[in-house]
Amino acid sequence: MTTTTPQAQATPPQGPERQRMPLTWRQRLGRLDVKLSPYLYIAPFWIVFAVVGLFPIVYTAFIAFQDWDLVRNTGTYTGFENFQFVLQDREFWLSLRNTFSIFLLSSVPQVIIATFIAAMLDKNIRAKTFWRMGVLLPYVVAPVAVALIFSNMFGDRYGLINSLLNDIGIDSIRWHVDVIPSHFAIATMVNFRWTGYNALILLAAMQAIPRDLYEAAAIDGAGTLRRFFSVTLPQIRPTMIFVIITSTIGGLQIFDEPRMYDTNGQGGSNHQWETITLYLYNTGWGQFNFGRAAAVAWILFLIIVAFGLLNFLVTQRFIASDAGTAPKKPKKVTK
Amino acid sequence: MTTITNPLKRTKQGAAAVSTMRPGWFVYASLAVFLIASVFPFYWSFLIASGDRFTINDPNMSWWPGGNFLENASTVINNPAVNFWKALSNSIIVSTTMAVSTVVLSTLAGYAFAKLRFKGSGPLLVAVVATMAVPVQLGIVPLYILMQKFGWTGSIGAVIIPGLVTAFGVFWMTQYISQSLPTELIEAARVDGCSMIRTFWHVGLPAARPAAAMLFLFTFVTSWNNFMWPYIVLDSTNPTLPVSLSILQANYFVDYSLVLAGVLLATVPLLLLFMFAGRQLVSGIMAGAVKG
Repeated sequence: MTTTTPQAQATPPQGPERQRMPLTWRQRLGRLDVKLSPYLYIAPFWIVFAVVGLFPIVYTAFIAFQDWDLVRNTGTYTGFENFQFVLQDREFWLSLRNTFSIFLLSSVPQVIIATFIAAMLDKNIRAKTFWRMGVLLPYVVAPVAVALIFSNMFGDRYGLINSLLNDIGIDSIRWHVDVIPSHFAIATMVNFRWTGYNALILLAAMQAIPRDLYEAAAIDGAGTLRRFFSVTLPQIRPTMIFVIITSTIGGLQIFDEPRMYDTNGQGGSNHQWETITLYLYNTGWGQFNFGRAAAVAWILFLIIVAFGLLNFLVTQRFIASDAGTAPKKPKKVTK
Repeated sequence: MTTITNPLKRTKQGAAAVSTMRPGWFVYASLAVFLIASVFPFYWSFLIASGDRFTINDPNMSWWPGGNFLENASTVINNPAVNFWKALSNSIIVSTTMAVSTVVLSTLAGYAFAKLRFKGSGPLLVAVVATMAVPVQLGIVPLYILMQKFGWTGSIGAVIIPGLVTAFGVFWMTQYISQSLPTELIEAARVDGCSMIRTFWHVGLPAARPAAAMLFLFTFVTSWNNFMWPYIVLDSTNPTLPVSLSILQANYFVDYSLVLAGVLLATVPLLLLFMFAGRQLVSGIMAGAVKG
């Protein structure tokens, strides 16, 4: 196919026209088909994507510099005023603190537990599909539903957690009043939903590790734990970074859980658990200040980009150095 | 002497068995604990939802479900403010439309990006992938202004249209098709005189089917659970299920037996889906991990 068409294309101008003439119509059609088809295939996607994906992203930058009038649906240019206001707003800094705190409380335990569960699933267990499906179950439940269940379990007065704590002689914790307890409760919701999902991703990476590496390590005298730290962890490093970065991006955007954590949905009476996205929502659809909300969206975006990069550098270095230092210590085989 | 030979002997046995041996109780115990932690919140919800409004305050609450679940469920369903049937049908329409459209458009575009050569394909693909890391919140204000201008706020069209395509879908299909479909097959079909579209239909599509099925499932689950955008753009008279759950909470914040009955009702459809397609979800996540 590829060899015939260029010839046909090259010859017609001076070549024997009679041979080519009857073909040209179909050839032209065919060539048009080859040239146009790719664009026709991507066009439906691109048209929709440009309108609902790209345009809003670009337009946010425009709105962020405007004082937006909701009635006329236009704005007046105000320079950096929106950004200035947001950056001087105490509520913004509180929501930034909350976002980071919730994010740390969710992503760190999540990655550790997910790695552990993945290592368990990576063993030659019976009923593999059952266990794999079991750990994924929470993922299909809506965050809103998870939030309602957990905000009930973490109830201040009659919640399950507090009554269990009381049973073992610990005073009730004010989950919906104090800052860190509320972050802990919200982080638990996130962990509940995502740990199993991430475990499966890490499991896939573990399964791609050649089995003879383990056997070589075992012959060298490495026990189960040693094999995990010296073979498994270094080998799943890229996937680990992937999981950490995606959970960063997701964690910084958290909205459903804090919104549903109490009935007011404002992030607590003193903004104890108001996140940046919740702040954005309250600015945009509580105060209907779209210019400011757009500015918050941009700040959030820049934070995510910065944090993603930082995260990438740190995790890469951390895990790399972890893999590099393998102190040679003779160790007994613990079966 | 014995100290040297003994470990050696043991390692040889151990080494051969490392990848094939059955694990001990510790592995199963850890998995079981994790599994119980995953299921327990649902059981707890069922305990509350099958009791009455006082169950939650009862210090001697039974660990065995009460008998009021159906009654509570029907109270929720029949409450006009919650709009349960409307929410359910809206959720089904929204998720199905978004999943079908994403799969169709992504498969077409993914096939073109993966296997067809055309000017600008590189930059266009990069533009798609680059937006994957952009948070949805970045576009949410203009999107709302857009919907208001068209007068679509309050209708489920406003939820569906922004979800008709996803950058992830195109990325996923491009990856899959470029790895699993040999270019020779396409060339063979072309030599045999297939037009471009027939080649896509008879060669591209069958090869893309497994990835398309997974993309359908993931898009369906994600849009079913999606909350923020529907919450912004819809009102309580025309909600999706997550939005109606938020109404339920605002209405019944004292009576948790009703709130959690509603939560369980709204969760059942996805649990059913999970029972039939959970296996595909698992392999989809694991396949995506290796490639992405």
